[in-house]
Amino acid sequence: MRNAFAHEITQLAQQDERIVLLSGDIGNRLFDEFKAKCPGRFHNCGVAEANMIGVAAGLAMNGLRPVCYTIAPFITYRCMEQIRVDVCYHHVPVTIVGTGAGLAYASLGGTHHSCEDIGMLRTLPDLVVMAPGDAHEVRGCLRSVMQQAKPAYLRIGKKGEAEVHSSVPPIEIGKAVVLTAPGRVTLISTGNMLPAAQATAALLAKQNISCGVASLPTIKPLDTAFLQNAFAASDVVATLEEHSIIGGLGGSAAEWQSDQASRGARLLRFGTADEFYHETGEQEHAHEHFGLVPEKMAARILATLSRP
Amino acid sequence: MKLLAEQLSPAEVPFDAPLVDLASVARNLRYQAIQMSHHAGTPHLGSVLSCIDIVVAAYWKILHIDPANPKAPNRDRFILSKGHAAPALYATLAARGFFPESWLENFGKHQADLAEQPAPNCAPGVELATGSLGHGLPVGAGFALSGRIQKLNYRTIVVMSDGECNEGSVWEAAMFAAGKQLGRLDVVIDYNKWQATGRSDEVLALASLRDKWAAFGWEAVEVDGHNIGAIARELTRETPDIGRPKAIIAHTVKGKGVPFMEDDNNWHYRVPTANELTAVAQHLVAS
Repeated sequence: MRNAFAHEITQLAQQDERIVLLSGDIGNRLFDEFKAKCPGRFHNCGVAEANMIGVAAGLAMNGLRPVCYTIAPFITYRCMEQIRVDVCYHHVPVTIVGTGAGLAYASLGGTHHSCEDIGMLRTLPDLVVMAPGDAHEVRGCLRSVMQQAKPAYLRIGKKGEAEVHSSVPPIEIGKAVVLTAPGRVTLISTGNMLPAAQATAALLAKQNISCGVASLPTIKPLDTAFLQNAFAASDVVATLEEHSIIGGLGGSAAEWQSDQASRGARLLRFGTADEFYHETGEQEHAHEHFGLVPEKMAARILATLSRP
Repeated sequence: MKLLAEQLSPAEVPFDAPLVDLASVARNLRYQAIQMSHHAGTPHLGSVLSCIDIVVAAYWKILHIDPANPKAPNRDRFILSKGHAAPALYATLAARGFFPESWLENFGKHQADLAEQPAPNCAPGVELATGSLGHGLPVGAGFALSGRIQKLNYRTIVVMSDGECNEGSVWEAAMFAAGKQLGRLDVVIDYNKWQATGRSDEVLALASLRDKWAAFGWEAVEVDGHNIGAIARELTRETPDIGRPKAIIAHTVKGKGVPFMEDDNNWHYRVPTANELTAVAQHLVAS
């Protein structure tokens, strides 16, 4: 995903001279092409994220379109107040890109995990929060956020994620990307859980259970029209995310559902539990730990369906 | 807002006026800010009064700005990072014609244009919503970098408090500005030796501010923060390295101009009574 981001932002910046890329001292060589093609518009801000967000806000207030890039926990938790005050309170078009989000850097330890970032950031008024499902969605999301004039947080993975789409799907902010229409079950995935959602759907299909799959690259604003359809059509709607079950996509769906007169489908939230991941392990081990693997998710859905 | 007897109205004193006239401007701005505090019941007067002469030096000697075109791309930028001193900025901007002086009368009241601390785009001439400390310099560095990228030659002045230098983001921005050679950026530190609850040199190890800014790669100078001419001279002085941002450590007195407020940190929170307001007018005329 990060290579898709680097390539896409380089393309966009060549068409739009307002785009300035700020990095928090990561992405060694990743932005060489950007630096070559857009001289004077790449700035390594060092290991100083609070300042980087303030600088970005200052650029945006003067008509530029800054994009800030570093590892997800550092560009969110570390500088939450700068995002709130400098960017959101002033409502300036700063795009904040958190890389290696969720459990992508599981092996680097809890300091590098970000399973609370969506929950924190989506409380900020009018901030667009996006988590693309694969490298193609990264490109689509980036194109969409750079075309609008609002603050945005883009939460991406690292590299080598499975590709779900064969080309860049049209991504409209606040709209689901529906891969399979809602069935008895609808799986709604945000971020890099999309391949796992497809695999889970395949397991359910083997049990003759129709299962829709949608990627929800925008968590805020939430695609409530799609939720309406899914909760009306399905017996179970399950959310999938590399994020805490508190405050993320599952939390958003639960909040939405509780406001509805007719609650429709049963909601299952797949995500990380309310705990830190303390084991030494890779991303797949963390998935196993939190039950974010297709077999476990399919089993939980089947158990829910079989209950009266 | 009442004006002091036999003092010039700030609105009638032009840019680059003689220093004797600017002293008169500063007396009246102090008086207006104190009246605003009294009418709105708002605190932080000591911090307002300590920075008035810095603000006057910037707005009457340095900044190229046009109230008829407050968003002109090449205007100079001024950020009052110590947002709790907003009355100093508001009274100044009204005097310089950015908005009607009548706005000052409603300062801090329900649905007024001018909030106790500046909100985003609350009034023409207010460049940044401040109030949370440590934000003005990073954003100001962004202003300066934007000027370079867009090939505009405007300057950016950020006024901070000494207590504000407790914030880590200030030092992140200090390293950034020096590292990126943002020579069109200046900081003026209103070094009034107090922060909210104690002496600023005692709460944390603040001293020496000059050494700290110099060590961070800035052109660092000290100045009498109540000498408008000296502040203006430092702001216009050519430095040997034009890429070096400049930090002016302005030694000031909290509550400056009113003897019973000077260097008394109770005036970080106290609001003047009607009787005190009368005494203020007498003191300011005599100052």
